[in-house]
Amino acid sequence: MITLHINGETHELDVDPVTPLLWVIREQTGLTGTKFGCGISQCGACTVHLNGQPIRSCVTPVQAAANQQITTIEGIGKNDEGLHAVQQAWIDEQVPQCGYCQSGQIMSAVALLEQNPAPSDEDIDAAMSGNICRCGTYSRIRRGIKRAATTLASTSGTEGSRNG
Amino acid sequence: MGKWTRRAFITTGVLAGGAVVIGVAIRPGNRAGKVAPLIASEDETVFNVWVKIAPDNTVTAIIPHAEMGQGVHTTLAMMLAEEMDADWNNVSMLEAPADSEYANYALAKGYAAGDVDFPAFLVDTIDGFFLTATQFMKLQITGGSTSVPTTGQAGMRVAGAAAKAVLLQAAADTWSVPVEELTAKLSYISHQSSNRRAPYAKFAMQAAELSQPVKPVLKTPDEFTILGTDVQKFDVPAKVDGSASFGIDARLPGMKYAAVKASPVFGTNVVSVDETSVQDMPGVRRVVNLDDAVAVIADGYWQAKQALDQLDVVFEENGNETIEQSDIFEQFSSDMDSAIANGDEIVDFETGDANTAMASAARMVEAEYRVPYLSHAPMEPMNCTAWVHDDICELWTGTQNPLGFASEVAGVLDMDLEDVVLHNQYLGGGFGRRAFPDYTIQAARIASEVHFPVQLIWSREEDMRHDHYRQASISRFKAALDESGKPTAWVNQYVEKHDPKEAPYIPYGIDNQFIHFAESQTHVPWGFWRSVDHSLHAFFTESFIDEVAFEAGQDPYRYRRDLLASAPRFQKVLDLAADKSDWDAPLPENWGRGIAIHKSFGTIVAQVVEVEVIDGKVRPRRAICAVDAGFAMHPDGMRAQMESGIVYGLTAALYSDISIRRGAVAQSNFHDYPMLRMNESPDIETYIINSGEKIGGAGEPGTPAIAPALVNAIFNATGKRIRELPVKLHDLNDVALESKDVA
Repeated sequence: MITLHINGETHELDVDPVTPLLWVIREQTGLTGTKFGCGISQCGACTVHLNGQPIRSCVTPVQAAANQQITTIEGIGKNDEGLHAVQQAWIDEQVPQCGYCQSGQIMSAVALLEQNPAPSDEDIDAAMSGNICRCGTYSRIRRGIKRAATTLASTSGTEGSRNG
Repeated sequence: MGKWTRRAFITTGVLAGGAVVIGVAIRPGNRAGKVAPLIASEDETVFNVWVKIAPDNTVTAIIPHAEMGQGVHTTLAMMLAEEMDADWNNVSMLEAPADSEYANYALAKGYAAGDVDFPAFLVDTIDGFFLTATQFMKLQITGGSTSVPTTGQAGMRVAGAAAKAVLLQAAADTWSVPVEELTAKLSYISHQSSNRRAPYAKFAMQAAELSQPVKPVLKTPDEFTILGTDVQKFDVPAKVDGSASFGIDARLPGMKYAAVKASPVFGTNVVSVDETSVQDMPGVRRVVNLDDAVAVIADGYWQAKQALDQLDVVFEENGNETIEQSDIFEQFSSDMDSAIANGDEIVDFETGDANTAMASAARMVEAEYRVPYLSHAPMEPMNCTAWVHDDICELWTGTQNPLGFASEVAGVLDMDLEDVVLHNQYLGGGFGRRAFPDYTIQAARIASEVHFPVQLIWSREEDMRHDHYRQASISRFKAALDESGKPTAWVNQYVEKHDPKEAPYIPYGIDNQFIHFAESQTHVPWGFWRSVDHSLHAFFTESFIDEVAFEAGQDPYRYRRDLLASAPRFQKVLDLAADKSDWDAPLPENWGRGIAIHKSFGTIVAQVVEVEVIDGKVRPRRAICAVDAGFAMHPDGMRAQMESGIVYGLTAALYSDISIRRGAVAQSNFHDYPMLRMNESPDIETYIINSGEKIGGAGEPGTPAIAPALVNAIFNATGKRIRELPVKLHDLNDVALESKDVA
């Protein structure tokens, strides 16, 4: 049995320890927001946080995440409407098109802002270039990150990070 | 229920002769009653197939198109709400079920009538999927940038206006006042002189009994309060919290997973498969031989994929396995030469006498271009969940053609169409790929072998190697110039024509033109790829006109502009892009600027790219886009589609190359078929012209012009003319950086 802590909930799972975390999350915990895109850590659609750090769950054996804190797109909401500032910024900037990559984009953006509350364009490039968007929403993602940074700055000091 | 006794009936009309023929009752009878059980709960009133009203005054638009990020669910609802004078804050949408009642009658009717405005690119689909006249009425396709120009203009707006008309009539009857004295606004009807006001819902049941006007009066753009505004898209909230349900997110009790491997070489089959090679692997349930593919069903997808990779399978060899990409290009060249030598050129467009003009030319310009095969590579790999039970087959997938897919599955499983129930999900990218039902047919066949639901997921490698590809092609040009540098003749020969027919046509005023093509079949399956033939021909024609301008010693923007003297709509779009780019402003060292213009799907797009070429690496820094689609129904959606089309087109132009090696696709995943990423993406500015011309599409027209604008910019920066895509094939390290004076 492997113990996973996902979004604050504990799952005891009978699973082959080398199974990629992605498939365990998607098939055994009912959390389908984390997506399969390439299976080889090239596209970022499967990004989740492991102890606050963004990782590619498609190449992470589930045993490597056992007994640690895993956060998925379903677990980052924190305002009154259950949304993280990044998610709200994504709505305000109307970022998503097909939307399939956006869970991973948002997880990368949240991790960036937790480590760097005021990222430059170069910082954004560095943090986000591992996430492919086939619909080409990059310019809106950039605006969304900047908007979320502004929102978080105006509320900083009153909120801690759930993930970090 | 049981309120559906109206005599008249509103449906999508057809576009004919450039005018919108609205409210044509294409099929007699009352479909609202038939569809009501599909779309409405007991207390809701269904007006026509496109709209219903709930007791709380919520207006719901029924949208017969798939949402793949293009915003169609929102834009079409806006079009209905606008004409209905509905309160946008109380409007919702529902995707129409995959039911014959929701077929795209406008498209089918247009096809039957031979209507020139029918999007020609769909003809292949109709011919391929629906071979008989009775069958092609099953169209329910999203593609060809047709949703707004056809369903929206001729369906949603008419339905909204018709619904408003009967609501007003019902209110007039109830209040015993002349209908002319009533006003409709924000889902309420008011009678000013008696100071009465009531919500639409109050009159809904009564209104549904009335005959709807077949040709209701539509608003003019100056009357719009919803169209032309930037409302938020319906699908966005679910796409930021992980709750949006894509095909791959279907979850059913007892569901198992399947991985599949098709014969790598197109056109070959499975010779043998040894099930015993994997039967003891963990979780494995079943091996299924699909004739041209094998699948493994297991408890989890990872288990299925691991077993599939271990499975002993032998695929047929039929000669296709010897084909290399270079063979294909040689075949193209040879077939083009033969067509000319044998006099069997297939004429695409001809005006004047190009040969005579060539003979008296002051100078000639010639060039040959080529483009590779392209894969769609949507972020969500192909997948479908199928469950065959109780004599029906249920399907959960994302498709651009739900009814067509259901029809195909019904054929394969020998079932009635009514017994195949397709639950369309959000599409994790479509771009034309999800118009082809191969993955859904596989899932249905696999599921028909077992008694539980099966989710079939293609690996990224399978997705890339078994796509339906944008064709590779070669295009050759000759232009004759007079003493002043003006072109007097334009001759173009290319290979492999698909759709739309007009893709190779040029907007320029050149008196003598001869455009023709040769056929050259290959074993590589073809598919609609965003903007279809426009994606290659804009690269060909807009690169060549740039070369011609250079040979004439003229500025490429002004040269185009002069040749568009009798095409003022094009000229305005071109001018706007040039103006916004500060066309004449100097650029930093190693930078270049390129321009291109192309019309596709009724929409004219001009783009300027600024590129930096440094250490041989091409960096698009800025893209300026001017677009005239007649009227932008949802301007932010239009901007989003231009941004998307630009990134999609830049990705292809810079990097994308599907090549055939030993009969199969050589590339497999994003490491060898790379995508443009955040750090490579330019700043994009979109400027919209609402010219009032006939409504065009938005999903595709952003793509065609960006590749030529890019290579024209690279030429401006480096003096190197790129005639074969993708750009990554070319070494730009050693080019002389001294061509700033070309513009």
